[in-house]
Amino acid sequence: MTFLAELWSFLRARRKIWMMPMLVVMILLGGLLILAKGSAVAPFVYTLF
Amino acid sequence: MGRILGISAFYHDSAAALVADGAIVAAAQEERFTRRKHDPRFPANAIRYCLEEAGLALGEIDHIVFYEKPFLKFERLLETYLAFAPRGFRSFRTALPVWLSEKLFQKRLLIDELAAIGGKGEWDAKLLFTEHHQSHAASAFFPSPFDEALVLTMDGVGEWATTSACIGRGNTLEVLKELHFPHSLGLLYSAFTYYTGFKVNSGEYKVMGLAPYGEPRYADLIMDRIVDVKPDGSFRLDQQYFDYCTGLTMTNDRFHDLFGGPPRMPEELLTQRHMDLAASIQAVTDEIVLRLTRSLAAETGQRKLCLAGGVALNCVANGKVAREGIFDDIWIQPAAGDAGGALGAALAVWYQYLGQPRITSPNRRDAMEGAYLGPAFPQAEIERRLADAGAVFTVLDETGLVETCARMLAAGQALGWHQGRMEFGPRALGARSILADPRSPAMQKQLNLKVKFRESFRPFAPAVLREDLAEWFELDADSPYMLLVSPVREDRRRAMTTAERALFGIDKLNVPRSDVPAVTHVDYSARIQTVHAETNPLFHALISRFKSLTGCPILVNTSFNVRGEPIVCTPEDAFRCFMGTEIDALAVGRCLLRREEQNPALRLDYKDRFELD
Repeated sequence: MTFLAELWSFLRARRKIWMMPMLVVMILLGGLLILAKGSAVAPFVYTLF
Repeated sequence: MGRILGISAFYHDSAAALVADGAIVAAAQEERFTRRKHDPRFPANAIRYCLEEAGLALGEIDHIVFYEKPFLKFERLLETYLAFAPRGFRSFRTALPVWLSEKLFQKRLLIDELAAIGGKGEWDAKLLFTEHHQSHAASAFFPSPFDEALVLTMDGVGEWATTSACIGRGNTLEVLKELHFPHSLGLLYSAFTYYTGFKVNSGEYKVMGLAPYGEPRYADLIMDRIVDVKPDGSFRLDQQYFDYCTGLTMTNDRFHDLFGGPPRMPEELLTQRHMDLAASIQAVTDEIVLRLTRSLAAETGQRKLCLAGGVALNCVANGKVAREGIFDDIWIQPAAGDAGGALGAALAVWYQYLGQPRITSPNRRDAMEGAYLGPAFPQAEIERRLADAGAVFTVLDETGLVETCARMLAAGQALGWHQGRMEFGPRALGARSILADPRSPAMQKQLNLKVKFRESFRPFAPAVLREDLAEWFELDADSPYMLLVSPVREDRRRAMTTAERALFGIDKLNVPRSDVPAVTHVDYSARIQTVHAETNPLFHALISRFKSLTGCPILVNTSFNVRGEPIVCTPEDAFRCFMGTEIDALAVGRCLLRREEQNPALRLDYKDRFELD
């Protein structure tokens, strides 16, 4: 949560809010890929893609 | 309030530095402890050492500062990929998982690593971040002896800035202008480092050392086609010729076609073409640095210059700036590369963030303590450590040590010299050095091949008594950190015969060129270290005694390591290196070790022990 708050304030300070959608998608995808390394989540990732 | 720990890490040459109430207490690179060259990992060992030197626990530190801003770096990465898309997808696919799983969360990573050293604590509240070039600029100006100066930082890239010009005044740094990625002098030099077959971020010294063997035949081509340099020294790189924005290498096929062939493979034979390429990129670098410094001096009226950033380790360009006479005085941060960012970040917090007053030394000394900021070992501990390692040694008093070592050196022997606090930065400055007689014509080749196990073309540096400098070299300025190159004086040179003059490339190496051939490069230049009694009295005493025996106030000074090995740190490291090479004797503190007295069973096969750099 702190990370997201910091990222948000960074993007605001740098006037780069337009990056947010791209970052959210990337972080979600990245998170899924990392989680997919553990076998429990892997089947859901395969179903999704 | 006043205890600040600076950290640089996660790219190359990670390091830690500790500043207490504005004074630099300790600084060291992680590679010296882990024995892994250019170690980029979190500098846990260097931090532990800094804390031990200050007698503090991590919890007693008031501020911890990281030398760059990860979010800003990620912003640059993302915008670069977007600007070049769809080109660069392969590089994007390689880089992104690392960023999303690790680098973007560097703050968390830092907090976890700090907790591993200091236990649970308010690390989040203590953690600060400076910008990469702010860290470099702070490392260049705040320890300098100047109240006011122009501060120029040049390197590969940090967040966005690749070159920045600031004015340092008292405890402030005001940014005047910056050049941004991908237009980078450091990356241009690294592109040629890669193209001539050396490792990026470590082989740049080799390109610089190779340059005098060649002719700058490609300099015009570089200036015409790949870099557009303006009269004020600002420049733009034509990205058609580079691959670093979108690919996994520095240069691309268009670059290779322009310079007549594919990149040289590591360990492939060096030809005259490679030497000409090295000479050309060096000439272009000199020209850019000279134009930048000239225009900035004219624009700001500043008469003093501070330098940092990886390009400031290019002592050939520095020497040209010094000899141009644009500035009355130049000061260069000895740890000008990323390791020095740890120190700069800590100083930036003290002066810029906390607004503490800065008072320069009245005797015009800098605040770096000769760069001797690393670990030292008490005599009793040295004896215990050496005995445990199986070394056979004699303990002498200081006068006896100086006398014996000076006589050995005068007799042509190579001496390992491990004394006092280790240096901070890439140069050995007489604390972790291999020393030899510079008058011997065979010494350069012998040291390169039998002691350092490195390429025979690489030059050695002279450590010269400051008071005798002008008698031997065309320079009369302090160069305590081996960061200025200057020619040997005309009357010390040896005239070459017509046949010798006609030699090309590495054949030139075997021709003695001066009264001190082992430290005179093929173009009569030398990378000078001035030795001062105030900062290293023992080393000064040794050279002085060598002078009284031989009339020569100079010693060959090369780092105490072999190719690919970090410079030695502990007495055990020194003993291992001694036993793995052809060094004749070793002085660790007041212990003297002679090769012939050591147990032959302890000899090491050292040559292939380290990955080549």
